[in-house]
Amino acid sequence: MSEFERLYRRESAALTARLIRSFGGDFALAEEVVQEAFAAALEQWPVHGTPEHPRAWLLQTAQHKAIDRARRSRRFEAPLDEPGLLALESEPVEPGNVFASEQDDYLRLLFTCCHPALSLEAQVALTLRTLCGLSTEEIARAFLVEPVTMAQRLVRAKHKIKVAKIPYVVPERAELAERLDAVLAVVYLVFSEGYAATSGDAWIRRDLSNEAIRLGLLVERLLPDETEPVALVALMLLHDARRDTRVDAQGDLVLLEEQDRSRWDRAQIAEGAARVERALRAGGATPYALQAAIAALHAQAPTAGTTDWPQIVLLYEALLRLLPTTVVALNHAAAVAMAHGAEAGLRLVEQLADLEELQSYQPLFATRAELLRRLERHAEAALAYERGLTLAKTEPERRFMEKRLRETRALTST
Amino acid sequence: MQYILLIYENEAEAKSRSKEEGQRIFGEYMAFTAAIKQSGHMRSGEPLEGTATATTVRVKGGKTVRTDGPFAETREQLGGFYIVEAKDLDEAAGLAARLPAAKTGSVEVRPIMKMPM
Repeated sequence: MSEFERLYRRESAALTARLIRSFGGDFALAEEVVQEAFAAALEQWPVHGTPEHPRAWLLQTAQHKAIDRARRSRRFEAPLDEPGLLALESEPVEPGNVFASEQDDYLRLLFTCCHPALSLEAQVALTLRTLCGLSTEEIARAFLVEPVTMAQRLVRAKHKIKVAKIPYVVPERAELAERLDAVLAVVYLVFSEGYAATSGDAWIRRDLSNEAIRLGLLVERLLPDETEPVALVALMLLHDARRDTRVDAQGDLVLLEEQDRSRWDRAQIAEGAARVERALRAGGATPYALQAAIAALHAQAPTAGTTDWPQIVLLYEALLRLLPTTVVALNHAAAVAMAHGAEAGLRLVEQLADLEELQSYQPLFATRAELLRRLERHAEAALAYERGLTLAKTEPERRFMEKRLRETRALTST
Repeated sequence: MQYILLIYENEAEAKSRSKEEGQRIFGEYMAFTAAIKQSGHMRSGEPLEGTATATTVRVKGGKTVRTDGPFAETREQLGGFYIVEAKDLDEAAGLAARLPAAKTGSVEVRPIMKMPM
């Protein structure tokens, strides 16, 4: 990434956030003039030198672009109803206080991008576009959709914000917890998309995870009284600390117990673990805090064999009460298998396997196959691997299932 | 800003309610209407007769075709509407959430288009 790209990523969100407010909530206009200001910078700075206050320069330029547009459209069309634009003309930009209300603007932008009246897909796209400064093409690549589809998604979201008048405000106290949940869900989804195995472009995926952590840190800083952001950041840091060891040099998946722990990022694990403690103490056992606590136990175990599985089982039980989803139930079963034997784990997995809606849930078959293999019930394991293989979504998953299937078949035939 | 709150409910379920239940819900609507008149949000609102009384009209090749029933068969049917004045979507959605049908059916909130005069 070039110096200028970095500047763009860093500054475009702050500029956009500030200008949306000036323009009475007009996302599209703010974004367009910010683009134009950066384009102007790219032309002029190499010739005239970088200004002393790049931010102030960019803001002023973006404002001028907006005023030009308003003047032009006033000449051609009926007068526009844009009081914010007119106010701009009398609002000089002082380098010192350009972003006096920056924190507040960021929060408004965050809560508007993650507004529940927008589809989750749109929330994610809009957050990455406006808050993280990713290009439409980059977001499209990350989510494996055509750039034109992603562009339409963004246009539609901005149109709805404007026409349905989704307010550009920080939610009131009474609503804050619920709305914050929505924001954190978007952040975590971005992280998971970047972390989830390996389909698509590896570079853009790593970038997504980094952006999610950056967003999480931002929310943590902007809402210092809330503990859920702390727990989510902890969870992301702890997962991310292991990221390089999850796939080997050939791009094959490596199970947690086989990962090279010497390559885990110890400093980041310590940072995550400290946050887990802080979150649990101040906010109690919330879903993110419990998941982060589980991740911390894994990350802090010196070897796979010394993992505190009984404690992990207890944490999963608590999590299951708050978040009774299949993913949690399956992870709980896997932890029980480690703590109390494969037989006990398998019993829980079989209960899940009876559920109609899980008949095409790949991780269920992968876990069941793994437990059967450990119990040396190779023929049944092979059947489960076969099923897991047909349901595998990514290339590494498929290769992993194939490898295991070959191994178990070899054992069955002897 | 003006928004329309479109009230969707399963007609069959609504019809199968006991008399007391029906009266209770009617009372809730009356209270809601009075409250949003009081607060200045109310513009207008009407209940609709059932979809059994609906006629869908299309003009095809210059010929008017009338068909019996609503335009689409759905699980929930449009049963009435309010037009309200609200400062933004959050306020309008807050009003919608207070409608009895928000619990038993669903309420669609749509901004009313401002026509240039």
